[in-house]
Amino acid sequence: MIFDTAVIGAGATGAATAYYLSQYKQSCVLLESCSEVCSGISKANSGIVHGGFHHPADSLKTRLELRGNKLMDELQKKLHFPYLKCGILVVAYDREQLETLKKLFQRGIDNGVKDLEFCSRERVFELESKLDDSAVGGFFAPNGGTVEPYAYVFSLVECALKNHITLMNGFKVVKGLHSDGCWSLQAADGREIKARYVVNAAGLFADEVSIALGAENFTITPRKGEEYLLDRNCAGRPSRVIFPVPSPHSKGVLVIPTAGGTTMIGPTAELIDDKNDTATTSENFTKILSLTSKMIKGLSPRDLITSFAGLRPVCESEDFYIAPSQKVPAMIQAAGIQSPGLTASPAIGEYIVQLLQESGLTLEKKVDFDGSLPPRNTTREMSDCELQKAHNLDPAWANIICRCEEISEAEIIEAVKRGHTTVDGVKFYTRAGMGRCQGGFCTAKVLEIISRESGIPATELTKRGKGSRILAGKLGDFEVK
Amino acid sequence: MNNYDVIIIGAGAAGLAAGKVCAQASCSTLIIDRADRTGGVLDQCIHNGFGVRYFKEELTGPEFAHRLSIRAKKAGADFALSATVTGIKKLPDGTFHIRALSKNEGVTVYHARAVMLAAGCRERTRGALAIPGGRPAGIFTAGAAQKLLNRSGFLPGKSAVIVGSGDIGLIMARRLRWCGIEVKAVIEIMPYTAGLTRNVVQCLHDFNIPLYLSTSVVKISGTDRVCGITAAPLDRQRQPDMTKAFDIKCDTVLFSVGLIPEMELAGKLGVKENPATGGAVIDSTYSTSVPGVFSAGNMLHVHDLADFAAEEAEYAAKCMIDYLVGVRTVAEFQVKAGENLKYAIPNRISPSAIDSLRFLFRPTVVTDRAVLKAKVNGVTVWNKKLLYVRPAEMISAELKNCNISGDIIFELEETEK
Repeated sequence: MIFDTAVIGAGATGAATAYYLSQYKQSCVLLESCSEVCSGISKANSGIVHGGFHHPADSLKTRLELRGNKLMDELQKKLHFPYLKCGILVVAYDREQLETLKKLFQRGIDNGVKDLEFCSRERVFELESKLDDSAVGGFFAPNGGTVEPYAYVFSLVECALKNHITLMNGFKVVKGLHSDGCWSLQAADGREIKARYVVNAAGLFADEVSIALGAENFTITPRKGEEYLLDRNCAGRPSRVIFPVPSPHSKGVLVIPTAGGTTMIGPTAELIDDKNDTATTSENFTKILSLTSKMIKGLSPRDLITSFAGLRPVCESEDFYIAPSQKVPAMIQAAGIQSPGLTASPAIGEYIVQLLQESGLTLEKKVDFDGSLPPRNTTREMSDCELQKAHNLDPAWANIICRCEEISEAEIIEAVKRGHTTVDGVKFYTRAGMGRCQGGFCTAKVLEIISRESGIPATELTKRGKGSRILAGKLGDFEVK
Repeated sequence: MNNYDVIIIGAGAAGLAAGKVCAQASCSTLIIDRADRTGGVLDQCIHNGFGVRYFKEELTGPEFAHRLSIRAKKAGADFALSATVTGIKKLPDGTFHIRALSKNEGVTVYHARAVMLAAGCRERTRGALAIPGGRPAGIFTAGAAQKLLNRSGFLPGKSAVIVGSGDIGLIMARRLRWCGIEVKAVIEIMPYTAGLTRNVVQCLHDFNIPLYLSTSVVKISGTDRVCGITAAPLDRQRQPDMTKAFDIKCDTVLFSVGLIPEMELAGKLGVKENPATGGAVIDSTYSTSVPGVFSAGNMLHVHDLADFAAEEAEYAAKCMIDYLVGVRTVAEFQVKAGENLKYAIPNRISPSAIDSLRFLFRPTVVTDRAVLKAKVNGVTVWNKKLLYVRPAEMISAELKNCNISGDIIFELEETEK
């Protein structure tokens, strides 16, 4: 068959594009190079819903950020992903910073951000009592907050699938040819699909995909951000996202109350060469902890659960590169989607649909489109009464597998039913293994449940797809020397 | 029917031992555990070395747990297994509500007059140490690997490096070898091992497994699966000397870098934590800062042997029974850990407890000649010569017939370097 549209990359950009496309009468295929969706930039980031005051008004970034911020609210109401709309508090810690802060505040006003509030020293402490005593003032953006980025992307894909798009995992596009009004895309494993229009939302690898399709030659440089995750009982969990006054190069290191209940500190910002380098360093932890400890009280190295690094895809221009290709027909480039890419992603998806239309794709709304998902139950959030009811229907709801995050067997079964058969896939869908013991207690049980529900032998299960098998075999498989 | 005098959280060595004592004293007793069988972590410790003190017989972990379990059952303790406690609430009358979730019953709320926290500990992870490098598959805590291997029969990899020399890591080094898995090295950042000497001898020396002391793992390599680690010896400032860094190829890394008492439930209840142990602050009746809540075993502080955890829990259970019949003691004097000691247990005492109490200490030095001193108001009121001091081995002391009239500071004086 020939698809009307092929979206390359199932991160936030690709997933939002597929979601908005799925409301039209057309056939769409979402191609993901990894074994699960949301495996790249969209998985490892700060999860911030930005407020629209960091970039100049005339940038594409700001336009899409502001629109995305609005759409994020609407999507959350339909898709129910965890979204903590706690607001962003930008804090100045000395007089000099206060001057820069005023400029940033003015930019927000000029950008048309609603409800921005300039705050006295007294007011910032009212908004966040855990601020370090040195805080002198700040401003508050109530429209910001944090989402669980993977839950957001999963819900977009799930809803798009419900509206009949096609998802192909492990489809790494290595070649694309356009002939007779149709693209033919080849995967590394030999598979091939055909589509009339192509969207390049390949994140870090958008430059390689562009070249593979004979389109523009540009470079994506990864800028690494290390993040450190602290226990949900951390005394320093703020009630707002705390931003410092940014420097010319970076939004700075933040203290983030994650939508999942933990606290995150970071990120760093460091240009690197290797797109697979997500290693963390001990120097950066010390640096970040010291920086954030000057912002918020109660952060302790004892609360460290884990660290990770995400890579921002940086284009030469530093702005988003979202435009129809000038070199090849029927192709939309969506590259360089770094911060505030997550916030902007709904607006990016919407914009890409518009660009596709302008490029000649005819779109007619489906009458049976359902852009919402039922709310997901979690054992942790259910009341005793709800939980008892759920337990009566299925006892697995009261069988706790991951004790740190209180995740039940039923939630893990649900994840597997929705196609998450890797340990990381299940972890990001359910939070099982994300807590303080980092899967020390539940890994064996999780493997057993995934294996039982998916029919994949436990010894074949992986952390995140090909090459990342968790186990090497069964007792007795190896010769004892 | 969900009303008990005593509810014990955790059916491991400590919980089972305490359960027996409470039930024997005719207290209605319930032991709750999230696992589907009793024993806690003992159930995956299929090696021997358990019970030598407690049963005067050498047993495996599951055997040790089984015996404790039979004794608690015979004494009349009830069990709620496959039940995860998600919350403990103190009621205005000083009793407790305990909420547990289980596959069989769903949500159950139990009521208890006193609570024993004996939920054990968890392993410190690679993440908590911020060990640099990638995040490939093949990184496990030693205990998680032990569970996969001994309970499910799964092999975690083909060639392993063990980071840290805790007892579980040492035991696992030998266990892996017995399964045909190559163990390339055990790497310990301290100048001494964290595990017991007998485990170093029986698990490493007997199998010619190299042990690197004062060496730090500076990187874990691998994108999909671990492909190796980089280690570097520490210099005089105890910083990794990168000029001497070396690589070891392996597909698996096990972490055995310390245990942390599982205090999260207790924290929500307002139980005060002791930063030196990670467990609760307790007095000489093993009562925490919340009256009616007691703690023992590895949830209180990490023990060398399960036998010690069981003994401690028996003592704590006796104190809990006293509490239930209305005995109240005032722990008026503080106990502090001084020179060369990481911590002292208990943290406060009543002088009346001095004859029955066993003090426990974790040393921070390696020495073959030392004197443990108890000082009150700067005056040494008690001392004991020690011939073998290792951080891996707990020190115990009894101060029978000692007249205590103030706060005690314990100090460990090295008499020979």
